[in-house]
Amino acid sequence: MDAMVRELSYAQAIQEAMAIAMDMDERVFLMGEDIGVYGGAFQVTGDLVERFGADRVMDTPISELGGAGVAVGAALTGMRPIFEFQFSDFATLAMEQIVNQAAKMRFMLGGEVSVPVVMRFPAGSGTGAAAQHSQSLEAWLGHVPGLKVIQPATPYDAKGMLLAAVADPDPVMIFEHKLLYKMKGPVPEGYYTVPIGKADIRREGRDLTIVATSIMVQKALDAAAALEAEGIDVEIVDLRTIRPMDKQTVIDSVKKTSRLMCVYEAVKTLGIGAEVSAMIAESEAFDYLDAPIVRLGGAETPIPYNPELEKATVPQVPDIITAARDLVKGVR
Amino acid sequence: MAAASKAAADSRANLPFVYRQYSAEQLKQVLYKMYLIRRFEEGAEESYTRGLIHGTMHLSIGQEASAMGICMPLGEDDQITSTHRGHGHCIAKGAEVKRMFAEFFGKTTGYCKGRGGSMHIADVGKGNLGANGIVGGGIPIAVGAALSSKMMKTGKVVVSFFGDGANNEGAFHEALNMAAVWKLPVIFVCENNGYGMSTSTARSTAVKNIADRAAAYSMPGVIVNGNIFSEVAEASHKAVERARAGEGPTLIESKTYRHRGHSKSDRNRYRTKEEIEDWMSNRDPITLFENELREFGFIDDKGIEAIRDAVAQEIADGIEFAKASPSPDISEAGNYVYTEQA
Repeated sequence: MDAMVRELSYAQAIQEAMAIAMDMDERVFLMGEDIGVYGGAFQVTGDLVERFGADRVMDTPISELGGAGVAVGAALTGMRPIFEFQFSDFATLAMEQIVNQAAKMRFMLGGEVSVPVVMRFPAGSGTGAAAQHSQSLEAWLGHVPGLKVIQPATPYDAKGMLLAAVADPDPVMIFEHKLLYKMKGPVPEGYYTVPIGKADIRREGRDLTIVATSIMVQKALDAAAALEAEGIDVEIVDLRTIRPMDKQTVIDSVKKTSRLMCVYEAVKTLGIGAEVSAMIAESEAFDYLDAPIVRLGGAETPIPYNPELEKATVPQVPDIITAARDLVKGVR
Repeated sequence: MAAASKAAADSRANLPFVYRQYSAEQLKQVLYKMYLIRRFEEGAEESYTRGLIHGTMHLSIGQEASAMGICMPLGEDDQITSTHRGHGHCIAKGAEVKRMFAEFFGKTTGYCKGRGGSMHIADVGKGNLGANGIVGGGIPIAVGAALSSKMMKTGKVVVSFFGDGANNEGAFHEALNMAAVWKLPVIFVCENNGYGMSTSTARSTAVKNIADRAAAYSMPGVIVNGNIFSEVAEASHKAVERARAGEGPTLIESKTYRHRGHSKSDRNRYRTKEEIEDWMSNRDPITLFENELREFGFIDDKGIEAIRDAVAQEIADGIEFAKASPSPDISEAGNYVYTEQA
């Protein structure tokens, strides 16, 4: 019999995944700032401390570098820590441990060790938190061999990919868009995994491939629904994992639609869109392209405080509609 | 027999710590290992000069008593994290020099299969979680290993070696604080050799003694003469007991000196010849230990000679092993980035 499927929020789905992981394996524990009785800045850990105790839902001091290092060291020596950054922006304080240590340790030691650490990063803009609490830095970490970097876009994937991350022997960085935390969707009870490194076709279409990440998947779906009324049939690829990237799914989609648009919230330049575009330009799908590739990304500015400015700096549904229409109709 | 050993113990009653704590055989083994570290460093340096080793390296000549003294009370299951100047720690924790040479030569028989080299030398099987190319990088990792020990109740103690330079890194402060808050079985060992590259501790560090910083994190701060094996071992012994008893971390400052420069690029313009000469002639840790062993009747000149010869042979054999070992195939350059999964 299929597991009971309920409507859960993205945050509840993550919380359920962490509880299942801790129930299944006593080596799994949570670390982070104010994740205990406070419940986490975004209430993702919620009341888990009541169920699992303060030893397994550990509040850390405000020490991102040290805390990340402790998680790396614990993972290296047999534990399975899940480390929550309060905001993904604070990864900047811990880059040493993430980039120099966690990512490289297995390689530097010739395969003698693994570092099964999971790090969770609440990311993105839209909460009025301004420039130091709103960034999308996933491409920074996606540039580092040794890390796996994922961006679940639905409650279902948030749970299944987190459980896949806990089971993974290598460091997995999970970027969770803060505006997704309240998004509801169907989530089965119990244990299941969604594979890391596999994109998902969220909507099939003929005229255009949109490769989207994280919250842009939903925005692209909304845009596609509007475009359908105009007779434009959009295919949407949810990249889900940015390292290792599922190239084949994107290539196959572009070969089918002959048009590619990349939509992502992070700063446009030198980002995921550049990587996907270049990958397609290098692939057999290049010959199938009927139009130049289009990237819709964040503005080349920090995220502003003013809500209208804030919205204007990242792609919104009308931007996607306009760009997709222009691309399909050959408007340059 | 019992009476004889009691008599032997009584005769040692007024001697420094290690001569009461350890057998003559164990102490001779310490001397052997101190020589092994010294000759390993010299062998590595010579191999570098002859072009057999590339890159760079940071030699710990002059710091042998520190590495050996700290590791003396550790068991094989206990763990260490080490530094860019980590060859001595690796040997002190039980590594084989032949596999260390092989690593420096970039060979598949090396501890890291030629992927790490000097700066990432490790011996996970013997509890050495690795040297580190980032100053202070290993300190939080050691705290994490100590957290594993506490959570899994393995009883392991973890030692984090670092240099004086690392005590001004944020990682040092964050790690000491967390270890103290959580009462973890970890020992922080600052090998203060006076200089972070060219910058003296007087110019870089606001406190006179790095051990003074322990007070800020509510842990004992112990200063030892890092060139006197017994002093180092005694401090380590106490810190290990404290850690195993669940009483939390200790910061040991082992004051020592590196005879060589920071790395192979060092022109030595920040230290006087007189200063270096003084440390080499009057405070060499091997000479000091050897003199004590001789004075207290644990070894004679013949015994010392035998140790030197045996070490020379082990070093020569190690270098030959490294030379004869195969290099990794270029087709395997991408291995070990991720864990291979079925």
